[in-house]
Amino acid sequence: MILQTPVQTKTAIEVRDLRKVFRKREGMFGGTVKEEWALKGVSFQVYEGETYGLLGPNGSGKSTLIRILSTLLTADGGEVRLLGYRLPQEEAKLRRRMGRVSVDAAFYKKLSPRENLLYAAQLYGLEPKRAERRAMEILERLGLESRRFTDPIEEMSRGMQQKIAITRALLINPPLLLLDEPTTGLDPKSRRDVQTFLEDLRREEGTTILLTTHDMAEAERLSDRIGFLAHGRLVAEGSAADLKAQAGTDDLEEAFIVLTGEEIEEEQDA
Amino acid sequence: MLERYVRPMWAFVFRDWHLTRRYLSWVVVFVFYAIVNSATIALIGKAQGDFRLTLTLLLGVLLWSFLSAMYNEIANSISYERWEGTLEYTFMAPVSRLIHLTGVSLFAVLYSVLRTVVILVGLVLFIQVSVFGANLWGVLVVLLVASLAFMGLGLMAAVLPVMSPENGAQATNIFQGVLLLVSGIYYPVSVLPAWVQPLAYLSPATYALEASRKLMGINHPDSTPERLVGAPLSAVLPELGILLLMGLILIPLGLLVFHQAERWAKRTGKLKRTG
Repeated sequence: MILQTPVQTKTAIEVRDLRKVFRKREGMFGGTVKEEWALKGVSFQVYEGETYGLLGPNGSGKSTLIRILSTLLTADGGEVRLLGYRLPQEEAKLRRRMGRVSVDAAFYKKLSPRENLLYAAQLYGLEPKRAERRAMEILERLGLESRRFTDPIEEMSRGMQQKIAITRALLINPPLLLLDEPTTGLDPKSRRDVQTFLEDLRREEGTTILLTTHDMAEAERLSDRIGFLAHGRLVAEGSAADLKAQAGTDDLEEAFIVLTGEEIEEEQDA
Repeated sequence: MLERYVRPMWAFVFRDWHLTRRYLSWVVVFVFYAIVNSATIALIGKAQGDFRLTLTLLLGVLLWSFLSAMYNEIANSISYERWEGTLEYTFMAPVSRLIHLTGVSLFAVLYSVLRTVVILVGLVLFIQVSVFGANLWGVLVVLLVASLAFMGLGLMAAVLPVMSPENGAQATNIFQGVLLLVSGIYYPVSVLPAWVQPLAYLSPATYALEASRKLMGINHPDSTPERLVGAPLSAVLPELGILLLMGLILIPLGLLVFHQAERWAKRTGKLKRTG
């Protein structure tokens, strides 16, 4: 059992034989139960300070996996240990040390970035003034103008909203960051800003990052290692160079097709 | 203490205050509607020339306005978060459900008290009824104690949007409607069908009303349209005791039900925005 690994080792994420099934009632009176396996025994490890990219088409199980790691979904089998904490038993301790950015920036749209961020800061027990200073620093580095800080979020572009979502996740300076397609739908400049910021963050803070994305170039740029997920299974894993070598190609997208037998959807830019 | 409990609890008050501020025009419209709606009910008593009936209706409408506003704030807090898409974020925060729901309830009580005072002032001015001599501070105490039981009911109703993203929010209204029916807000419980009457004794609103009528002096033989003879708080200690007991039972029960629903939602994936 690999989860007996002591806490002081350098593994930040340890996932072992993770399984998740969704059951749906069908038929006129809901008498038939249909099972859909989203994860069919996924195992991988991510080391402290590493950025691990998970690539997979829609329906491959990426979001289900991130949700389980985020403590929002309970697995049906397997084991998960994050920063040494076992899920779901020790989820309360883990939550203070983990940030998440999802594909849809979840905010109270009528509230301003300032109000949303101060709410989040207090939720995590931070002192509001200190949190505000940190938020301004992060937003500045992400290229958001401070004069927009008090406008309602609903008046902002998706790129701006996503930058605020990243700021919110980083307010607590978490050692572990889960990023679920953080740049999907962003314009090229915003995407570049976010990617550069994530590189800086990793270099300066040593943050461990689990990143899911559709974007091959982004995965290649940001990730030390990449896992290919298809039909709920991790079918290949390694550095971008390893994966290309395994597939006998010099293009990551082609490597994905060869190793998974699937094509990854092109995301739609905003 | 400050970091783990007080600030997270205050975060919900902070959030709900700013949301209320941003939706101020809606708040004004709803309060105006509540005043008009309450006036139409209280004027039935005025038309009968019966100050006791007018005050009974006035009290019923105010008390129900308070309790239902508070119940709605709590019961709909989850469906609102689902609508905004923030439910997962809130559930991922390092905040116990007790702190989360206490924070939501704290704002709900403050908001409902303020809203009820505004409606009371609007009604007294509009229908020109005197509440001189009524023990209004005592009524406020009853409302606050009754809030505990209604918080528990709100917590139980809040699980419905967790369990059913499509129909949960609407189902909370059924729960509220049944309470309105059985609690004798505008009529004596004795006019209800015999098989429904026992339900009245399970509703905290029944005891809150009984106590408030005594404190207002509505049925006191010496009360006149100009001057009411309100009872002291000590006269309603039995009702306050029952309300407190109901709160002490319903809040932990509400939290337990909510906890079970949350576990179920995490197993089935119902926390997801689209369900």
